Amino acid sequence: MAENVYILGINMTKFGKHADKDVVDLGAEAAMAALADAGVTMRDMGILAAGNLMNAGAGFGQRLQKQIGQTGIPVYNVANACATGATALRTVIMAVKSGEVDMGLAVGVEKLAGAGLLGGGGTPKKDSKVWEPSGRFGAVAPTDGRIGTDAMPGTFAQVGMEYGHKYGEVSFETFAKISEKNHAHSVLNPLAAYSKRFTLDEIMNDMMIAYPNTRPMCSANCDGGAAAVVVSETKLRTLSLGQQRRAVKISASVLTTDPYEEGCQILPNVNTLTRNAAKIAYEQAGVGPEDLNLVELHDCFATAELVHYDNLMLCPEGGAVEFFESGAPWRDGSTPVNVSGGLQSKGHPISATGIANIWEVCHHLRGEAGDRQIEGAKVGLAHVIGLGSACGVHILEKSAA
Amino acid sequence: MTDTAAAPAQVPLVDYLVLGDHPHLVAHQCTSCGARFFDRRNACAGCFGTEFEPADIATEGVVKAFTIVTFAAPGVPVPFVAAIVDCDGTSVRGNIINTEPDPEHVKLGMKVRLATFSLGADDQGTEAIGFGFEPA
Ligand SMILES: [Zn+2]
Repeated sequence: MAENVYILGINMTKFGKHADKDVVDLGAEAAMAALADAGVTMRDMGILAAGNLMNAGAGFGQRLQKQIGQTGIPVYNVANACATGATALRTVIMAVKSGEVDMGLAVGVEKLAGAGLLGGGGTPKKDSKVWEPSGRFGAVAPTDGRIGTDAMPGTFAQVGMEYGHKYGEVSFETFAKISEKNHAHSVLNPLAAYSKRFTLDEIMNDMMIAYPNTRPMCSANCDGGAAAVVVSETKLRTLSLGQQRRAVKISASVLTTDPYEEGCQILPNVNTLTRNAAKIAYEQAGVGPEDLNLVELHDCFATAELVHYDNLMLCPEGGAVEFFESGAPWRDGSTPVNVSGGLQSKGHPISATGIANIWEVCHHLRGEAGDRQIEGAKVGLAHVIGLGSACGVHILEKSAA
Repeated sequence: MTDTAAAPAQVPLVDYLVLGDHPHLVAHQCTSCGARFFDRRNACAGCFGTEFEPADIATEGVVKAFTIVTFAAPGVPVPFVAAIVDCDGTSVRGNIINTEPDPEHVKLGMKVRLATFSLGADDQGTEAIGFGFEPA
């Protein structure tokens, strides 16, 4: 029987603009706060897994050690698109579960403020003076914008529209209402990059990015870091009662990729790998979707949140619109979703996201979420998707101790 | 400059677009499971088979997803309609062209057909031809 594993300490920095801090500063801030929250030091860590997607080749983990403590432990620098943080956490969980180490640290950090819309940037590509085929499609000119879109807002817009084609058209207004919910939730989150409530009209009449996603319906690029200390159950039992009481059980930790299906290389299929991860996670944890007191899911765009209600089986297949319209995912509903404000308002500093959503869930399970506390929360789920694709799902449970 | 006696040379925007009297797309089809890929494969992503044969893709289809892109990378002209078209069971990526780029003119489930357009001629007079889908 593999070891049970717990979150012993966890932290996220304020998401937003941190002009005076670089990625190492932000990572160090989150890491040291997570260690302090856990009541341990770098000396106790057996492994460090670290993610910073925008500079994935720069050895962020080792740079972080030089800032907070060089003890000679192995560092795993991980990169897995928007699932980078969840991958770092899962790397530490695997090491602890295997019994190789009894404690480890996972850190994810990104600096994106001012980077514009996710996937909407890039440098201008010039058409050549002589048509010359290049690349895997033998293209003589850039294909982005000529053969569909390469950018995230349009890609995820199509994901939502495809759901509508399959199960019955979803209106622009429904997608906008999802965003209205998350922005309303964010008002209670002091660490969110944006905590402003928008009216439905304001959301629908804002700048259109890729129909049906307007600007407030897209995740907010920002700076931020998050870190978590993972501990084995055996080690946890040797620690103080206070530490044991605040420890959060990781009942399921799953990472999947997209299996081959027709069309998956034309439009990324973010559905099947999420559904697969959810199925495995519910089985590992021995809980069902109906047992969840809160869910933090990867709402990189309003259109994405809708399909993940279904993929995480929070509703019957094809029933995402009905689920949403019932009020279920609002913070006072039956399955609160993204009470942090989600990526649309809390922000999406890529590598931090997959740990920050775990922090949100832990915060409620520990009963420390203040004004936005979901009363009596005992079980929560955190989900991320990295295009390409990778999906991380973690189920967390309030400590029995 | 172009020799007026000969037809100007043409080149497709991508190598899976076949020009001529009946422009169409062609895919690499796995001979064991039928999976279709628009770029080359070392092995099939579905069944790991290593034999492929060319397969012509139907030129008519149904829009199963679309978006109207109004904000894009520098150099990409907007607005444009990006879509996924179900061409008789094969998903194809392409823009919806020859209609207004708004939700009143582009609908899920809309029938469309392949259409080509010119990207202009290069310094040697060769014309690049792209493709999209227009309402059928
Ligand atoms: Zn095959």
